[in-house]
Amino acid sequence: MTIKDSLLMTMTNVVIERGRTQKNYWRDLWRFRELFYILAWRDVKVRYKQTVIGAAWSVIRPLLTTIIFTMVFSRVAKLGVPGDAPYAIMVFVGMLPWQFFATALSDSSNSLIGNSNLVSKVYFPRMIIPASSIIMGLVDFSISFFLLLVMFLFYQYVPDIKIFLLPFFVIMALAASFGIGLYVTALNVKYRDFRYIIPFIVQIGLYISPVGFSSSVVPERWRLLYSLNPMTGVIDGFRWCVLGQPLYWPGFAISCVIVVFFLWVGIAYFRKTERGFADNI
Amino acid sequence: MTDAIIRAENVSKHFIISHQQREKYTSLRDVLAGKAGRLFSLRSNSRSGPISKEEFWALKDINFEIKQGDRVGIIGRNGAGKSTLLKILSRITEPTSGRVIMRGRVASLLEVGTGFHQELTGRENIFLNGAILGMSRAEIKSKFDEIVAFAEVEKFLDTPVKRYSSGMYVRLAFAIAAHLEPEILIVDEVLAVGDTQFQRKCMGKMEDVSKREGRTVLFVSHDLNAVNKLCNSAIMLEKGKLFKNDTVENVIDAYLSLSLMPGSASQSSRTGTSEISLISLKFKNSDQAEIQNLTAGAALYIEMTCEAKADMKNVQFAICFNDMYNTRITSIWSAFKGKSFDITRGVFKVEFKIDSLGLIPGNYQVISYINLGEITVERIDNLRMVNVIFNEKKIDCTIPSVSQGFYVEQFETSVQALKK
Repeated sequence: MTIKDSLLMTMTNVVIERGRTQKNYWRDLWRFRELFYILAWRDVKVRYKQTVIGAAWSVIRPLLTTIIFTMVFSRVAKLGVPGDAPYAIMVFVGMLPWQFFATALSDSSNSLIGNSNLVSKVYFPRMIIPASSIIMGLVDFSISFFLLLVMFLFYQYVPDIKIFLLPFFVIMALAASFGIGLYVTALNVKYRDFRYIIPFIVQIGLYISPVGFSSSVVPERWRLLYSLNPMTGVIDGFRWCVLGQPLYWPGFAISCVIVVFFLWVGIAYFRKTERGFADNI
Repeated sequence: MTDAIIRAENVSKHFIISHQQREKYTSLRDVLAGKAGRLFSLRSNSRSGPISKEEFWALKDINFEIKQGDRVGIIGRNGAGKSTLLKILSRITEPTSGRVIMRGRVASLLEVGTGFHQELTGRENIFLNGAILGMSRAEIKSKFDEIVAFAEVEKFLDTPVKRYSSGMYVRLAFAIAAHLEPEILIVDEVLAVGDTQFQRKCMGKMEDVSKREGRTVLFVSHDLNAVNKLCNSAIMLEKGKLFKNDTVENVIDAYLSLSLMPGSASQSSRTGTSEISLISLKFKNSDQAEIQNLTAGAALYIEMTCEAKADMKNVQFAICFNDMYNTRITSIWSAFKGKSFDITRGVFKVEFKIDSLGLIPGNYQVISYINLGEITVERIDNLRMVNVIFNEKKIDCTIPSVSQGFYVEQFETSVQALKK
């Protein structure tokens, strides 16, 4: 048997046709997983190149925001905390998922445009790009989480045993940012307006989400409505398992539904528009 | 079942060009405004037309088959649809209709260093780019040394690629793609950046990949000499349609004759007393077949058909070649042979025979000249454009270019050891 024959035998047929890529999408996604790792690794590696203090930026930003929020909401606005946790820790526990959500959302929504050269020159399932961009947020999150442990030591505070349930809420934050991120990044390919909308949402969201205050300060009759913000559920969940604050379950359920809804819409819209990315970007 | 590795069936791709759209991307405002407008026009039942849209077929009903191990050149003018075809074959964009069936893994190099990150080092970029092109980490690791050696960047492996020279950049990028081991390698015009030596190395590699390993290569280039040397068949696209799919020689010939069609060159101008005028000019090869493109180093027959209005004595004829910069490169003048002819009224034929054409490959302008001593009987500038191609199939041959001179001598070369 010649080399030619053996080559022909091992080959699989690929058919390129309108709408064809959809059929083996998830298998392709799995086949390209190494690309996912390496793109995530690239983002992490490049993130703090040519900066003097490097990864310390991941610590400084949430820390400074926490200090300012503690001053403003605790000292100036004189808002209280349910339970015994110091105000700074309460803010920081809210800041952790928020920061993660904000980074992941803005990174993923800009990811396709930022990698337009890849989109227009190489084939792979496009979902890898926004997915890998979220990893950066997870790295920042881990660094900040370490800082939280330092804060526990500093305040001599013992967290609730439910802290081991935290991964569930991290996944929820991830799902929230991925769903919205997918939707926005797909829209961004065609309508660049979203490049300006997202920073605005992130900025406003910091104040309307219960980051600087506990959601218990929200009047009871507004709480269901307030939970339409998926991050309300995530942040409350964080405080519930780290600080043992009571969780408002009906609101949390609504947040969960919203997260799943966004994830579904995001994936569906992304898959629908994906085929035209190379033509539109 | 045929042994075709790529089969394209009626592949078409169209884009809609909207004439109102000025920027490449739409803004949300336009869409909202458009929707609101449509709503409005629906109610008032007015006939305010939609945004004028034009369908543009980048590719239309393309059919071809490529066999295992073929080296196929894809040529065509700018906008002929070459890049769109490659994008469809590499699955970046989908055809609007029709389909392509491919057997095996495709690696495409549509751009040099796609996904290279400026801040990462050469070493890191090998892994990044390899993964982007579809190699697994283990595969890259096993090929790593080969890639580095081929790209000749050993010393700069740990330097960020933003500090690389453009040549090093291209070398590294090509080296990665060349070591992919796909069943089908698609290369768009990317080698133009490297120096000649590296270009030759790349061509050699592509030939190697195809001849020794039985892989298929699709190669797009405007460098016809490169296509001619590397490929055994070619596809020519013209305005989105398949113009010709044949052996590389025939397709290049078709391409050149199309690009030298009357009208593409500037207007020719006649001067002189015009007692004799040229009716037609033909170039023929050694088989006496008419040719559109001349081959460097081959025999050439030139045939001028003229008409004389009166009997004339001592007439001389010449065909001259000017290069792109309008410099006279050579004249083939009967006076050089001490020959002048006596012409009788009527139509007659003048022939020149050249044993081996010394012009280097390129485009030339042809000038015809008929004289009677000091008097110009007829001189036609810009008679036509003609292309000289180089037809040496050996990959190691250097194609003569202007940097080596204006014409090539016929010679043989050898080395003999001398005894002391």
